[in-house]
Amino acid sequence: MDAKTHSHMDPTRSFQGLILTLHNYWAEKGCVILQPYDMEVGAGTFHPATTLRALGPRPWKAAYVQPSRRPKDGRYGENPNRLQHYYQYQVILKPNPSNLQELYLGSLAAIGIDPMLHDIRFVEDDWESPTLGAWGLGWECWCDGMEVSQFTYFQQVCGIECAPVAGELTYGLERLAMYVQGVDNVYDLNFNGLEGPEKVTYGDVFLQAEQEYSRFNFEYADTALLFQHFQDAEKECRHLLAAGQPQKEGDIHKLVFPAYDQCIKASHVFNLLDARGVISVTERQSYILRVRELAKACGEAFLLTEAGGANFEAA
Amino acid sequence: MPDLLLELRSEEIPARMQRKAAADLKKLITDGLVEAGLTYEAAREYWTPRRLTLDIRNLSARSKDVREEIKGPSTKAPEQAIQGFLRKAGLSDVSQAHVHSDPKKGDFYVAHLVKPGRDAEEIISELVPQVIRNFPWPKSMRWGKESAKPGAVRWVRPLQSILCLYGPETEETKVIEFEAGGVRSGNTTVGHRFMSDGQPITVRRFDDYVEKLEKAFVVLDAERRKEMILSDARNLAFASGLELVEDEGLLEEVSGLVEWPVVLMGEFEEEFLAIPPEVIRLTIRANQKCFVTRPSGEAEKLSNKFILISNIAAKDGGKEIAFGNGKVVRARLSDALYFWHTDQGNLPDLDKLVASAEKFGLDLTKPLDQRMARLDALNVTFHAKLGSQGARVERIRGLATHIASLIGADPALAARAAVLAKADLQTEVVGEFPELQGAMGRKYALLQGEDASVAAACEEHYKPQGPSDFVPKDKIAVAVALADKLDTLTGFWLINEKPTGSKDPYALRRAALGVIRLILENDLRINLLDMMKKSSESYEPEKVCPEGQDVQAWILHTRDEIVRDLLAFIHDRFRVYLRDEGARHDAIDAVLNADTDNLLLAARRLEALIVFLDTEDGQNLITGTKRAANILAAEEKKGTAIAAEIDPALFTEEEERALFAAITSSRADVESSIAREDFSGAMRALAALRGPVDTFFEKVLVNDENEKVRSNRLALLTKIREATGEVADFGKLAG
Repeated sequence: MDAKTHSHMDPTRSFQGLILTLHNYWAEKGCVILQPYDMEVGAGTFHPATTLRALGPRPWKAAYVQPSRRPKDGRYGENPNRLQHYYQYQVILKPNPSNLQELYLGSLAAIGIDPMLHDIRFVEDDWESPTLGAWGLGWECWCDGMEVSQFTYFQQVCGIECAPVAGELTYGLERLAMYVQGVDNVYDLNFNGLEGPEKVTYGDVFLQAEQEYSRFNFEYADTALLFQHFQDAEKECRHLLAAGQPQKEGDIHKLVFPAYDQCIKASHVFNLLDARGVISVTERQSYILRVRELAKACGEAFLLTEAGGANFEAA
Repeated sequence: MPDLLLELRSEEIPARMQRKAAADLKKLITDGLVEAGLTYEAAREYWTPRRLTLDIRNLSARSKDVREEIKGPSTKAPEQAIQGFLRKAGLSDVSQAHVHSDPKKGDFYVAHLVKPGRDAEEIISELVPQVIRNFPWPKSMRWGKESAKPGAVRWVRPLQSILCLYGPETEETKVIEFEAGGVRSGNTTVGHRFMSDGQPITVRRFDDYVEKLEKAFVVLDAERRKEMILSDARNLAFASGLELVEDEGLLEEVSGLVEWPVVLMGEFEEEFLAIPPEVIRLTIRANQKCFVTRPSGEAEKLSNKFILISNIAAKDGGKEIAFGNGKVVRARLSDALYFWHTDQGNLPDLDKLVASAEKFGLDLTKPLDQRMARLDALNVTFHAKLGSQGARVERIRGLATHIASLIGADPALAARAAVLAKADLQTEVVGEFPELQGAMGRKYALLQGEDASVAAACEEHYKPQGPSDFVPKDKIAVAVALADKLDTLTGFWLINEKPTGSKDPYALRRAALGVIRLILENDLRINLLDMMKKSSESYEPEKVCPEGQDVQAWILHTRDEIVRDLLAFIHDRFRVYLRDEGARHDAIDAVLNADTDNLLLAARRLEALIVFLDTEDGQNLITGTKRAANILAAEEKKGTAIAAEIDPALFTEEEERALFAAITSSRADVESSIAREDFSGAMRALAALRGPVDTFFEKVLVNDENEKVRSNRLALLTKIREATGEVADFGKLAG
């Protein structure tokens, strides 16, 4: 499909056109195009296609859109830039190719950002996710002074050294779309690229949801239930990790992905509790640590699986 | 002689690390070359966001041969010893050794070894990879396929190419071959990321390197990029009737973000100019790395135009870039404007602040008062052991009020200032820009109609922040500044968190220097010991007393000792301060003692003493006093009797009568002068002693045969010591 031939699919005209253009671009670069992970996560990095696949020696290239939930960022649909649910476009390449910066710039060109017209910069940004026990070095990528992506070379994930290192690109899709469409309010984004009665905006799709989820996040979420969910998820994660343990030398771990789902769940429940304001500053740290312990244990278990590099022989 | 050109090209290096990294590269490479026996004439480093470059001129082509002799055993030594020597010297047969003769020892073996020099090329090819491998980046990373291997090379960001050329100025140069981090050295580099054609550029030596880079839109020299930015920015502003608000730190940073600087102007709506200029400047600087401008001739007021530095000369002349940056700046400034307005409005939940308001006598109709009430009500921690910010403000209020009453300031105003001084910590603007603490407090205080001194104290009580910082003069500000610093010092002393070596996380040395400068530069007569005791008593003993110790015993015995220890620390800083002011070491020691707690008087006494010591009278009096002290010390050691009081009837000589009379009268003068704080007068009174002391030692023999006469004369010597001791401990003075 050539996006340019259908003007409503032009990445500078429609939100979906932007997504499809990125899909095409990264598919051509050899990435598997995945669908969003079917669980609530705070960022594209939590998708097992990034967190777990960044570990171990096997090469891996993937790209996907990940709906990301940040309960605290809810603004009842009243802030033109802030959302509690938004899209990240995530690319992971392991090991990172030596021309990753060029590939990234190529993707910007594909969505209509001409580097001879716009000032593209790589500005120092050290990335860290305390909940995932992960860190890396890289940049915020600026376009005319606005941050449009994160670019990270993962050094550690789940507390485990990345060998080899993966390169991760995260595009903030709404912000990027606002930029290429020249729109100041996220809800005014043209979603489908059509005009007149056929036009669907971002607001048509998401405004009501933003209002309702803001109420839920800040007012209605049942905190007692959430505390229970956190404990349940933590317990289930530990239980699955123990149950899937290799029984003898050379065996593999059998339950890593299901266990990791519980880790993701615990992390999201924690974010909801945090938004409800029921976690004190001192408790906050200990919850983050509890999630990190789960992530670490999942990462270690993943290394004992086929995808994690068991039985892997470098070509 | 040959030159060496080295370029390490990587992905974007953080701006703040570039300058030091280039300097480190120069140092490590040149040190390594010298250590390997090479010499060079000049070396200079360069950097851009994507490269570190080193240009070394006239490097020697080869290190010199090193000759060495290893002495062996006697030619008559047993075979075993000779074999041992051969092994050690690396010789295969004794015929390779020379025989030297010594008249005493006879003949013995010597191995003549020559460590041949090495070619510079070989040295460089080993040195550079080693330097890359051990480079002192503050933070470094692994990358790419290589990162799967243990011990992979680390660099600040992935290393893309290495250019390493070596050769004489006039001939062809050659690549010095090596590999580091999966990158092989070569003779090519690339130009600007966007503006060049991206093709490899083949380089021969530094001159064509710089030239070709420039053609490929890379300005290698950071200083030149800075000059370009500065002069273009000034001109662009000038053309619009504006002037650039210069900012060296920002200039340094942006010069590290671009290889081809292009200066552009953007703008924002004039309504944002309602925000205080510093807030606008910091917003635009911190988030967007842009410069602000002001209308020509204005001192403070800003204009709505800002200057941005782009990394490309855009096809449209930079319209899109300026527009895009303007959009982001506007979004940031609307946040700032929102903060500025929010800070002047009411807080929600005022009813929850009533108790705190009562505690501090706050007026909850005023915004800053509300913020202080919230600071207290939220129980914001200052330090785990030293309690909350609210408790701290309460202590500072007590101390500031007390100090105000001592220095002739209005205690009620000082209390009000102390109560509002930390309120701006709860404002949105300070939350966003912590460096504006104090400055915002002053603005908000003035906006709600506080007394000008109270507003000044909100800002100035943090000062002075160092040896050259501004010292407050307003008495209210001085009282709060002193109270704040003394409270901090006492608190950390009580919980035994003192500075050690290079570690001083709470900046206590700076606080102590602040106390000293506040006292001296405002002529304050303050007894520090009383003040610090009072401060120490304002901390709850249960909270600061070490665990496991009896609180009552701690109050009775330990607390005052801690305060004495703090005084000794302040004395140390005072000594450093006085020495920096040019005072003599021994003179400081002569004036300071463990009990000195009025720093102003000590400083004045020192000043007078130094003047006196430069006079002939002063010098001679020291000699006389020391002579007296030495004789007394010797006699005291022998156990000779010294009369407790002088009996004038025992005087036999005119000179001793004269000395006694002189001591009696000058001592009275010294005492009355000191009482008037007239230290020069005290010195003059001492000077009157010089003649009689000199004559006494010339004419009178202390060791008279008559024991009573001798004992009386020794007593007279103790009077000399006592009289001079009124002014300073002369024994501590050198010569």
